[in-house]
Amino acid sequence: MLTIGDSRFSSRLFTGTGKFASSDQMLAALAASGSQLVTLAMKRLDLKAGFDDILAPIRQSGVKLLPNTSGARNAKEAIFAAELAREVLGTSWIKLEIHPDPKYLMPDPIETFNAAKVLCERGFTVLPYVHADPVLCRNLESVGCAAVMPLGSPIGSNRGLETAAFLKIIIEQAKVPVVVDAGIGSPSQAMAAMEMGASAVLVNTAIAASRDPVKMALCFADAVATGRKAYEAGLAQVHQRAIGTSPQQALTAFLSE
Amino acid sequence: MSFLDILSGLSREQLRMALYSTSPAQVEAAIEGEQGNLSHLLALLSPAAEEYLEPMAQRAAALTRQRFGHNIGLYLPLYLSNLCANECDYCGFTMSNKLKRKVLSHDELAAEMAVIKPQGFDSILLVSGEHETKVGIDYFAEVLPLVKAEFSHVAMEVQPLSREHYEILVEKGLDAVMLYQETYDPETYRKHHLRGNKQDYGYRLESPERIAQAGVDKIGLGVLLGLDDWRMDALLMGYHLDYLERRFWRSRYSISLPRLRPCVGGITPKVQLTDKGLVQLICAFRLFNEQLEISLSTRETPSLRDDLLGLGITQMSAGSRTEPGGYVNPAAQLDQFEISDERSAAEVASVLRSRGFTPVWKDWEAGWIGAG
Repeated sequence: MLTIGDSRFSSRLFTGTGKFASSDQMLAALAASGSQLVTLAMKRLDLKAGFDDILAPIRQSGVKLLPNTSGARNAKEAIFAAELAREVLGTSWIKLEIHPDPKYLMPDPIETFNAAKVLCERGFTVLPYVHADPVLCRNLESVGCAAVMPLGSPIGSNRGLETAAFLKIIIEQAKVPVVVDAGIGSPSQAMAAMEMGASAVLVNTAIAASRDPVKMALCFADAVATGRKAYEAGLAQVHQRAIGTSPQQALTAFLSE
Repeated sequence: MSFLDILSGLSREQLRMALYSTSPAQVEAAIEGEQGNLSHLLALLSPAAEEYLEPMAQRAAALTRQRFGHNIGLYLPLYLSNLCANECDYCGFTMSNKLKRKVLSHDELAAEMAVIKPQGFDSILLVSGEHETKVGIDYFAEVLPLVKAEFSHVAMEVQPLSREHYEILVEKGLDAVMLYQETYDPETYRKHHLRGNKQDYGYRLESPERIAQAGVDKIGLGVLLGLDDWRMDALLMGYHLDYLERRFWRSRYSISLPRLRPCVGGITPKVQLTDKGLVQLICAFRLFNEQLEISLSTRETPSLRDDLLGLGITQMSAGSRTEPGGYVNPAAQLDQFEISDERSAAEVASVLRSRGFTPVWKDWEAGWIGAG
């Protein structure tokens, strides 16, 4: 079981709600994924009109909501969005996303840190989306974030774990769960993240933009479960060269002389 | 260095020659290439690329789905006024046209919004002719808060303003500005803009820079396809986009691809852009810029609009009226251009759903974006 803040999750696959062809398709994919935590953009909810095609069906499905601050360009906007989410959705969980760059949606480390600090002080369960930056992750942990969500590669790119070297350091050092978010494009990549020791992965585009989102959600569920099991079983040591072959020039031979 | 300087430094003749002498191998390389490469854009816009429409469309559709999923944003134009102090020979609002001219009063504006809002729209495009004294910054600053109270996302398509005036409007909730150069060819531009402030090609060209400096979130570029050689105009719009994205990275960009349509007293297109050409344009820009928003107006026919879905379009208007007061009183006949797709918003939304797309009415939060 994975514990984040006050909640426990048996599934380590978190999903998103954007980009699906219809809300029915989204719900079917969410069900197939077995996900117990789904993120949704506050900016997509029509709070004035009182009707929307996203929130109502997700609420009915009973999964835990992780509202996100997508669209926020600085700490102030993100804090506002988080407060709005708490008021309207009744959850203090927030996926903190701040991207001033609308092209690649790169997270802003400075604004994210500033917002995280304020939100943690105000009692939010904060899951910040960040670059795979080990020092930033430690700083976010120290101000009270419940988890960190470093990216595997640019959001929506499906390019996989291009930040693997840094993710490994984050996972090695973190005292809070590490959720690899963004860039995971295939089940094998999700499995690789789990084998590496990630606590969970968040996948949206790879499921929603696939030809058969429901089938793809099932594949991700399997991959994440298998990757986690492999991590728990303990992968055997990887060797760069065969052990036991006699080296050309023994460096320790003098010890037995 | 402004884009006017960049453009003056470009040799149009060289670009034209490169466009028309592109080889199939160059097109093939461009289709496979990474985004953001202007020589690739040139190759994709070339006549040689016409033979590669299918592979271009395949890649464009995949890239669009990757970035935007199955979402299509819906918006509506709201015409504030048809007063205009310009003489432009392609536009129904041109000064010398004998039209009943009007500027919406606050009550009339409220009445228009009361018709639009129940259709589901949350994104609105305010449009006016260009009349600096009667429909200028004071009027815009007055009406913007009224509109912002009803719609989360407010865009404007009006005359170019100063940076200070854009800043005032941003304060009042302006999210996006659409400002179309019409043509990047100064000679052609001069021929079609016969009187008024719009004759100032350079001021218009540098406007997106002022818009970005004022902190507007989204900037829309466009050319009126048909005024000049559309391949050249589209290519230069690509240069413009590239310039803006590099310098003003905090803004989002969109393009519109309006084809010159018949209007009262108007001209016929100099260069006909066929449906095939329009598809080539959309695909070329999607391959050039995966994140670019591409919007499609009701100038195009229903069947073409439906067929273009998925190739790269991210935003559509639906159920548009192009005259001030047209939502309350649809028979007014003061149109800026003729509409081809007369379907209601609900009809278009249902077509979207039947084709596997999600109509997105709201993707913006007025309450907290801009809270900084």
